[in-house]
Amino acid sequence: MDEKAAWFKGWKQSPVGKVARISTHMGLKDKLGGCRVRWGIRRMHYSVPAGLYAVGEPDSDSPVLVTANYKLSFDLLRRELSGRNLWLLALETFGINVWCAAGKRTFGTSELVSRIQKVQLERVVNHKIIILPQLGAPGVAAHEVKKATGFRVRYGPVRAGDLPQFLDNGLKATEESRRIRFSLWDRLVLTPVELVTAWKASLVVLLLIFLLSGLGQDGFSIAGALSRGFTPGLTYLGALLMGAVVTPVLLPWIPGRAFSLKGAQVGLLWALLLSLTLASSWSGASLVGLFLIAPATTAYFAMNFTGCSTFTSLSGVQKEMRIAVPVIILSIVSGGAALLLGRFL
Amino acid sequence: MEFRYLKDVVTLELDSEKCTGCGLCTHVCGHAVLAVNGGVVEILDRDGCMECGACAMNCPVKAVTVRPGVGCAWAIFNDWFKKTGVSEHQTACCD
Repeated sequence: MDEKAAWFKGWKQSPVGKVARISTHMGLKDKLGGCRVRWGIRRMHYSVPAGLYAVGEPDSDSPVLVTANYKLSFDLLRRELSGRNLWLLALETFGINVWCAAGKRTFGTSELVSRIQKVQLERVVNHKIIILPQLGAPGVAAHEVKKATGFRVRYGPVRAGDLPQFLDNGLKATEESRRIRFSLWDRLVLTPVELVTAWKASLVVLLLIFLLSGLGQDGFSIAGALSRGFTPGLTYLGALLMGAVVTPVLLPWIPGRAFSLKGAQVGLLWALLLSLTLASSWSGASLVGLFLIAPATTAYFAMNFTGCSTFTSLSGVQKEMRIAVPVIILSIVSGGAALLLGRFL
Repeated sequence: MEFRYLKDVVTLELDSEKCTGCGLCTHVCGHAVLAVNGGVVEILDRDGCMECGACAMNCPVKAVTVRPGVGCAWAIFNDWFKKTGVSEHQTACCD
């Protein structure tokens, strides 16, 4: 236990020994940490120890909330609990959020059962109710938890922000709080990780553009690489931004259902914009290359956003990819061929 | 804002014979795909299903079934590469 952590508020004595008491206040460090992991920086090691925690001054009648040990999940939960007395049970999800961990079953029946037994929850509280986030349900079979431990699972709302209402309302979740939304803000905060994920591959692409642009009749020249490589490089970076940021943000307003199809339309607009401005002096072959490559690149990055979304199914994404991936590859390869032919013939 | 993904693809099935109408599946569904009607559950909005598997997981009598999975292109790519032996492990968004 990191006793220096800002959320650590000393120890509370309980029937099973001392339990860390946590703050419901979000400090600057917590906020900065949240920001950092949203950018994918050291995101895989952002966790708190699994186990039992106390919020306020809980007793044997206090509710028990279950969560993941991802620090960001832990923070989003505890900041909603100010002024309350309750127990918080963090499962070992290896620093992964509730929903993703439930999908992998680390936020799952067996971890929940063994964690309940490990902390001896039946000695901590008199009642037999544990409250789980609704997004944990894909990993947990409530009836099996009951059979193994005697504790009855009550699924709370999707979002921690609706927990106070749920707790005050006799553990009844409203229809509204049971729905999984995907607001503009939800989509926006997920885009930095998309960019960071694409960064390494993007460096390779930019290097390739630089090298190919540098080749001329008189061999390789850096001046040639910079002058001829500028527009293709810009085209690529723009296509990345269109697919990984603009398409996700505008998602509900772009026609079509498949993400790649939505992305291709935005990419087409990007190619149009470029052809009307920077590329006005381009050859026919270069324009063909531009219109084949930019929409395909944007479609690819848009398709990758399916994993961040809250409404795509495995069967659906498989179907989308069976069609989109060959089309994207074919489009990029033939576009590349057009560009090279235009340059070197 | 209502989001819709591809039509007629999901693997969600309901066996009305087995269903006891307890309604737990309707509580865990984030997209109101299922509803209790006249003492048994019915599928209201099949195309809204994202195959998260919460309903099937929590059905005590196994009346609801679905092939659970994550609708994530990255994860599917990783699967493809694993099958062809190209990649042992790649970092996807959720790993």
